[in-house]
Amino acid sequence: MAGSRLRGSAAIVGAGQAGIGDATGRSAFDIVGDATHAALADCGLKLSDIDGVFSATMVNSMPAVNVVEYLGLRPRVTEGTNTGGSSFLAHMQWAALALDAGLCEVALITYGSNQKTGAGKFVSSSEVVPFEAPYKPRYAVTPYALAAARHMHEFGTTREQLAEVAVAARTWANLNPEAAAKGPLSAEDVLSARMVSDPLTLRDCCLVTDGAGAIIMTRADRAKDFPKKPVYLLGVAAENWHRWVSSMPDLTVSAASRSGPRAMEMAGVTHDDLDLVMLYDAFTITPIMFLEDLGFCPKGEGGRFVGDGKLRHGGGFPLNTNGGGLSCVHPGMYGLFLLIEAVRQLRGECGARQLPDPKLALCHGNGGHWSSQVTAILGLGETL
Amino acid sequence: MTAIPVTATGPGAERLWRDALAAGSLTLPFCDDCGRAHFYPRVLCPHCGSRAISLRPASGRGTVYSTTVLRRRPQDGGNLNVALVDFAEGPRMMSRVDGIPAESVSIGMAVEAAIVIEDDAPVVVFKPVGGA
Ligand SMILES: [Zn+2]
Repeated sequence: MAGSRLRGSAAIVGAGQAGIGDATGRSAFDIVGDATHAALADCGLKLSDIDGVFSATMVNSMPAVNVVEYLGLRPRVTEGTNTGGSSFLAHMQWAALALDAGLCEVALITYGSNQKTGAGKFVSSSEVVPFEAPYKPRYAVTPYALAAARHMHEFGTTREQLAEVAVAARTWANLNPEAAAKGPLSAEDVLSARMVSDPLTLRDCCLVTDGAGAIIMTRADRAKDFPKKPVYLLGVAAENWHRWVSSMPDLTVSAASRSGPRAMEMAGVTHDDLDLVMLYDAFTITPIMFLEDLGFCPKGEGGRFVGDGKLRHGGGFPLNTNGGGLSCVHPGMYGLFLLIEAVRQLRGECGARQLPDPKLALCHGNGGHWSSQVTAILGLGETL
Repeated sequence: MTAIPVTATGPGAERLWRDALAAGSLTLPFCDDCGRAHFYPRVLCPHCGSRAISLRPASGRGTVYSTTVLRRRPQDGGNLNVALVDFAEGPRMMSRVDGIPAESVSIGMAVEAAIVIEDDAPVVVFKPVGGA
């Protein structure tokens, strides 16, 4: 089976975050440095041990190269593939491949942005899209609003069901000391918030925050030598069918419908085996579609699936336990942060929001406008 | 107007499409091998890889596939419709529906294309069929 050679061949041994929410006065690379320091302290490695660097940002033309310079590294592998918010899940695949091939020994995957407090405020790509620009869509909300509208039209999904995704995320954020948005949030709060792009209100949209993350990966054969429980990469798959939403074949089906089954097949796991699901929640519609595409419910049933409150803390379907991009952190690209939450849950480090003894997590990253879809399965040693 | 071949040299697919539009003709790229249309214009067929592409006059008829109202303050131009429209010939494009309030545009609505000039460039928009 393609890719099975990589199953469990590499593990995350260190993870760190910095500047989550608000990093006033610190640059994006400052908090990349902070997060990298935290990840190294987490596993007991030195900066000079890093010989593989993987990064992507929305604002730098050569982000991985910038990271190398800032950290003063001379890595043997510098990899900067940018597939949007899913990049860091894909980077795990390339890091596992590079580690397996002996191209590097210690891989750093990192990302940071100060888009909330930095001078540029909200940072988005300056790329002009020739066949969309005349219609003045607002990225990223318009593509996701168009998909939400179509999903409602085809399947009867309701705004109340969309709102439930935001409400559920907040129940988890309220248990997470690092979450940027806390406090009560009701469906009525979501529905009555300012409409941004119908049917999505401000509370259907992810936060705009600062934040940086870093993870350290090594080959499995040395992963047990580190202080924390290794979190193994059991399966990973990336799929990509379009870039801009006007070229998306079907607005109710994403390429997650292929990345999910491939990653689960590589890992040899079924839905019932999973203890935690971390889905990129840029907007309330995204987890609904991904739950369908990844096979947790039939196509079209996502709204009804989430509508009964099962995603809330204690609701029986642990999803986005950090509070997600909707209520914890979303510094432009979010994929790395959902990986770090999965690592922390699997290690048992999550305090009040800790799940009972989780062993397997599905992580799913989304990049662009439903464009790049990357699914990864992470597990503890007993799942190897 | 007859079909405009998209050739392997000279002006490319997008340029030929825009030139035709500027001359008042909305076209769609068709593959002369597999017969299918696509959008946006390309130099090879995204369905079969053929280089035999030609721009043919479009019917201009379409159906709203999805729609949103981008909420903007009046001083920023007010609410704006952004829609995805499926041409009768098959391909989809981003556009907007003019002639009715942005929030009155609905999925499934029958629309027809019009060419308007904005910022000195021709832009394809749609209007409800029958001017509703
Ligand atoms: Zn063809």
